[in-house]
Amino acid sequence: MNLSLLSLEILVVLLGLCLMVLDWFTPAEHKRRLGLVGAAALLGIFILSFVLDASSTQHAFGHSYVMDNLALFFKRFFLLAGAVVLLWAIEFTERLRGGAVEFFALIIFALAGMMFTASANNLAMLFVSIELVTITFYILAGFQRQAQQSLESGVKYLIMGGLASAFMVFGIALVFGMTGTMEYEILAIKMLNKNGPATQPLFQLGMLLILAGLGFKIAAVPFHIWVPDVYQGAPTPVTAFLAAGSKAAGIVLLLRLFLNVTPISILKWETLVIVLAGITILYGNLCAIPQRNLKRMLGYSSIAHAGYLLMGVATLSVAGVTATLYYLSGYLFTVLAAFGVISLVMRETGAEDIALLGGLGRRSPFLAAILTLAMVSLAGVPPLAGFFGKFLLIKAVLQQGANAGAYYVLAGVAIIGVIISLWYYFGVIKAMYWGDDAPDMGPVEVSVFTKWGLVVCAAGMLILGLMPEVPLALAEQGALVLRLLY
Amino acid sequence: MSPLLNIFCLPLLGALAIWWIPRNYRFVIRLVALGSTLGSLISALVLFYRFNLEQTGYQFVTHIPWVASLGIALHFGVDGINLPLMLMGAIVTFAAVCVSRIIKEREKEYYLLLLLMSGGILGAFASLDLFFLYFFHELALVPTFIMIGVWGRGERRNYATFQITLYLSLGALIALAGLVLLYLHSGAKTFDLTAITRQLQEQPLPTNLQHLIFPLLLFGFGILVSLWPFHSWAPLGYGSAPPAAAMMHAGVIKKFGLYGLIRVALPLLPQAAWSWVDILSVLCLGNILFCGWVAMRQRDLNLLIGNSSVAHMGFCFLGLASLSVAGITGCVMVMVAHGLLAALTFGLSGYLNQQTQTLELKDLGGLWQKMPYVGAVLMMAMFAGCGLPGFANFPGELLVMFGAWKMLPMMVVLAAWGALVIAAIYMLRAVREVLHGTLPSKWTQVQDVQGWWPKVPFTLLLVALLVFGFYPPLLTRPIEPAVTALVRQAGYDVPSPAKSKQRTAPVAPVIRR
Repeated sequence: MNLSLLSLEILVVLLGLCLMVLDWFTPAEHKRRLGLVGAAALLGIFILSFVLDASSTQHAFGHSYVMDNLALFFKRFFLLAGAVVLLWAIEFTERLRGGAVEFFALIIFALAGMMFTASANNLAMLFVSIELVTITFYILAGFQRQAQQSLESGVKYLIMGGLASAFMVFGIALVFGMTGTMEYEILAIKMLNKNGPATQPLFQLGMLLILAGLGFKIAAVPFHIWVPDVYQGAPTPVTAFLAAGSKAAGIVLLLRLFLNVTPISILKWETLVIVLAGITILYGNLCAIPQRNLKRMLGYSSIAHAGYLLMGVATLSVAGVTATLYYLSGYLFTVLAAFGVISLVMRETGAEDIALLGGLGRRSPFLAAILTLAMVSLAGVPPLAGFFGKFLLIKAVLQQGANAGAYYVLAGVAIIGVIISLWYYFGVIKAMYWGDDAPDMGPVEVSVFTKWGLVVCAAGMLILGLMPEVPLALAEQGALVLRLLY
Repeated sequence: MSPLLNIFCLPLLGALAIWWIPRNYRFVIRLVALGSTLGSLISALVLFYRFNLEQTGYQFVTHIPWVASLGIALHFGVDGINLPLMLMGAIVTFAAVCVSRIIKEREKEYYLLLLLMSGGILGAFASLDLFFLYFFHELALVPTFIMIGVWGRGERRNYATFQITLYLSLGALIALAGLVLLYLHSGAKTFDLTAITRQLQEQPLPTNLQHLIFPLLLFGFGILVSLWPFHSWAPLGYGSAPPAAAMMHAGVIKKFGLYGLIRVALPLLPQAAWSWVDILSVLCLGNILFCGWVAMRQRDLNLLIGNSSVAHMGFCFLGLASLSVAGITGCVMVMVAHGLLAALTFGLSGYLNQQTQTLELKDLGGLWQKMPYVGAVLMMAMFAGCGLPGFANFPGELLVMFGAWKMLPMMVVLAAWGALVIAAIYMLRAVREVLHGTLPSKWTQVQDVQGWWPKVPFTLLLVALLVFGFYPPLLTRPIEPAVTALVRQAGYDVPSPAKSKQRTAPVAPVIRR
């Protein structure tokens, strides 16, 4: 066994533990600095990850842990997300009643869980890693103990998450019962059998239940019920991490399991995934229209984005998976920027009504510009990351249109979704620049580190939109790991 | 850098520079905006002068790979079709920055967005890559939205901003789907327009694919040009926009859809084009007659101009539908002429609005007494709009009618009627209501344009209209060879089997050089 494969995860877990130990020796007024240390360390680990080479697939713990380009892509993704979320969390600690360092450490533990999902190569590993993420998020969502909303969000996430986990365990049990294995590699070989498990209804049911569990993580319709309430109530940095990190963890598990091990094409679920993607896009976008609460609106928008991500999965092609990975990277910078600004602007008011952004264009032109970039990128307008991601997705879907007409319908739905989404994303821009002024609160104070975090997010959005060559190559390397049909 | 790159890079660089200038340096901001657009205009003139009329194909070509794995490159070049459009765009851009002196608040954002918008659309006209064709055009979307919202006028401003944004994105995305399908099925594995054209000439797309892609492009680009019945965003959007945004939009950005049709749809999908032109010719009558009729009934000067600008687009579509050298040449000429005209009228209405705070026709009147300069220019602009000889619109519309006569005689009769009678009615009505009659006492404080500098944008646009009107070969000489090549390569000069019964004389009309 090769422990060095796990070096990134080990470092991250150690970092979390170190922070908790250092907590004892740090006076209360300096505790926020530990967050900075954590963010800097995560950034360091992120840079370290470029030293690793994963061009050949390697395994650890038997075959239950895999290290390849796809895993490495997602580990970098999660590390970057974690570093930025920690920056937002530092800003947020003043609204917490104590436990600042636990807040940081929990974020880091959730990050470790996400990094394990990227390498999960066994159904047990899949379940354990995703539970590590989910259970940490139960605590994080309810961390703002004095706020009823936050508690409510934590409890809702717990109940719905528990249900989803139960589904998933049941599904794994059925799959194990029908095939006698949890190993991905053995399962994949069995699937190729003509009269293999794919034809048995119980196996199909098991896979369907696993899909439900993963659908919960990525917030796809009809497993999305928790999203608006949890997004609204959870502390804003946690919401950002849920949107960027937890969704990506679901996607990587979905990609590995449903494209590599038990391929959608063998399960004959092509239509199912297309329909799921289409409904998710329409539902998310339509429900976002009437929202007045910014975080809730972004919750619905994150459902819509889950639909776009599923679109890439539905194509079963290298181009589609590449597009999904690219889109996810763009989405990472975009939502982190959006929630970063929201976290700052809403600090004074405590509420998150869109109307409270009124006059932000005058009060804090910098924050307004960043939020505008984020909204434009989410809407998918050039020259930002969201546009190039959507372009790749629509291209991949249209490419499959030659094989089945349903893909043309899906592309049409995606376009309609983009048009609908312009309405509410641009509504935010409208509120900032010419909406009615909110009761004046003066310019918003931004600390230096937060400012740099926002600049990094904006740069990420612009680079992914204007210089896509290198990130696209990385995404394609990741996609090529999978045994894809087209 | 080649003058072609200067044309659109200067405004974009100007926008970047303004980003770094502190917001209280208002004069510097305006100076940067004026300087960069003037540089762009001079580059456009240099380009126009240095363009080699003898040479066919693209000139001033620049090719920079962008994403090699997808075959996307920054590929720019001009031929006879986009050359006059770029010149027109550069003139309008400079004029739009000039008239923006009436903007007194948040200048930094204003000029930043205006330059982004202009650089984007000029880049779109220069692009020979399908991806960047779309990319550069979409750069104008967000600036349009914010400019109308923040500096716009009228009670229905919010409605107008969302309407224009949603409509334009819808059109652009439908067209994008068509462009991506072209890329996927052309077999060239590149977004490069020249490579795709070469590939499809050797091996045209199967008919069913052509019939799938052509309507996507036709209606996608059509929505961007306010093709009837998808035109309702245009008059209200222009009516609510600040003058510079309306000038850029009605003048330049709206022409992009037509340009896309001429550049992509007509040469690459000839078979589908043959069968769709009938529908297009009916729809273009909707523009000419219906929107002309709507324009007659407007009570607001900006809405009247907006509707008339939609009506004028009908001529462009008629020229396209003729699939003949004369028709398409005329279409490009109308695009240029109308771009200048729309910019001129919206610039003037913006000045009027600044002076009187209203554009309701019933409130205005007798203003010629107080503003001889504005009155004279407005009068001439309205004449140009009616298609009076001497203005650039006349030769363009005439060529469109000549080109369309052989194939669509009935349409031409109706269009000519619409152009001459309906346009004359609403244009003259506007002149009467705004300039003639008694001067209401509340307008005694109104001032004409003072000094030479504020007159520059209007004079520039008017002179351009007159120069192209008196000497149309300036336009036809570059346009015609390029269009002839297009028509020949796509085989429009040979009667299609399905159409040969209707088309008795298939010979393409010849334009005297």
